[in-house]
Amino acid sequence: MAEIQRHDNRLGIWGWLGGGRWGIERYAYILHRLTGLGILLYFLMHIVVTSLRARGIYLWVEGGFFHRPIFKVGEFLVFAAFAYHAFNGVRLVLVELGFAVGKPIEPVYPYKTSLNVQRPLLIVMMILAAIFLAVGGYEFLGLAK
Amino acid sequence: MPEDSKTVRQIKFHVTRYNPESDGAPYVKTYTIPVREGMTVLDGLHYIKDNVDSTLAWRYSCRMGVCGSCGMLLNGQPTLACNTQILHIAKTDLTVAPLPNFDIIRDLVPDLLSMFDKHRSLKPYVVRADEAEINDPAGEFYQSPEELEAYLQFTYCIKCGCCMAACPTLATDARYLGPMPLAAAERYNVDTRDDGRRQRNQQTGSAHGAFRCHYAGECSRVCPKGVDPAKAIQLLKRKLVLDYLHLARRKKPCQKLHGPGQGKPLPNIPAGPAKTV
Repeated sequence: MAEIQRHDNRLGIWGWLGGGRWGIERYAYILHRLTGLGILLYFLMHIVVTSLRARGIYLWVEGGFFHRPIFKVGEFLVFAAFAYHAFNGVRLVLVELGFAVGKPIEPVYPYKTSLNVQRPLLIVMMILAAIFLAVGGYEFLGLAK
Repeated sequence: MPEDSKTVRQIKFHVTRYNPESDGAPYVKTYTIPVREGMTVLDGLHYIKDNVDSTLAWRYSCRMGVCGSCGMLLNGQPTLACNTQILHIAKTDLTVAPLPNFDIIRDLVPDLLSMFDKHRSLKPYVVRADEAEINDPAGEFYQSPEELEAYLQFTYCIKCGCCMAACPTLATDARYLGPMPLAAAERYNVDTRDDGRRQRNQQTGSAHGAFRCHYAGECSRVCPKGVDPAKAIQLLKRKLVLDYLHLARRKKPCQKLHGPGQGKPLPNIPAGPAKTV
């Protein structure tokens, strides 16, 4: 039998954004990945910058390159990414250990899923992240002075 | 279509077409069709095939949301064409595309084999040491209603592939087992007649297994039968962690009760009438 040619219809990275009904957990998923990648990028840059010390370059000292306002904002974004990633991560750990997803139930239309059950946990975690962010922002953006 | 039902609106169907023998890549063809109240997307596709373009191909069978053959991407959402009324999701335009994350065989026909291969690899059946009893049953296994409820929800899966098409993780990791096979694994893992959880753990706990799921929840949101694969996967992960830490309770699979007619009747129950056959 002749082999039938098929067209590869895998969405790839666009699949993070497509094919679904777009509930709040989908946004949380995408933001979790983006903040994770952002923190990883920051970590790599951090290694490069601190390794410059071996060449006698100190970019972070008072009046140095990293004391420009743009880096203050960048630093706050890293903090924001950390706050979101950490609190959402706690939610994911709890959910992945089977907490806050409920027990299997007989599906009766309109269907209620585990997403409805864990939604309060998501809301609580986002409120905690927002509080963390507000307190951090007060400090980072120099409002505390 | 009944004669007395009136055309409500003209709807443009933007249908993905692909012929492997002549097309290098899929393209979109637009058909404008008269739509009446109650018409499903499947009815609309039939109208196109009967009246406009007989070359259009798609897969369907039962027309009532049971067989899981007609999963499609309708206005960007994976769902069953037979279960979706056109006027519920479209005012003027409706995009109809094959389920993503599967290869396209032709037009709206996805190749679901990759899903079924993964499903098969997870032993989606009762696994027991006493194989003879499975192959040639001589009695009944006892299972309480509570034990049945622990997996009943996951048995409603019709293998339509909508969850696989909606899964963002599967979009970037072709080897990820995906929501349907993992939910099927959980369905058998919690079945008290089954003793194959540790065998399945090798697959479900692998690098492309349950822990690739990060709970975007799209599978549960699009499931046309309310199976909630996301819940099944989280419960599966919990058992994987407990098994890894040797904290899971070791339970023997439920045992055979007795053969037909060999059970002891409860006291004070009168004997039934004599057999007539």
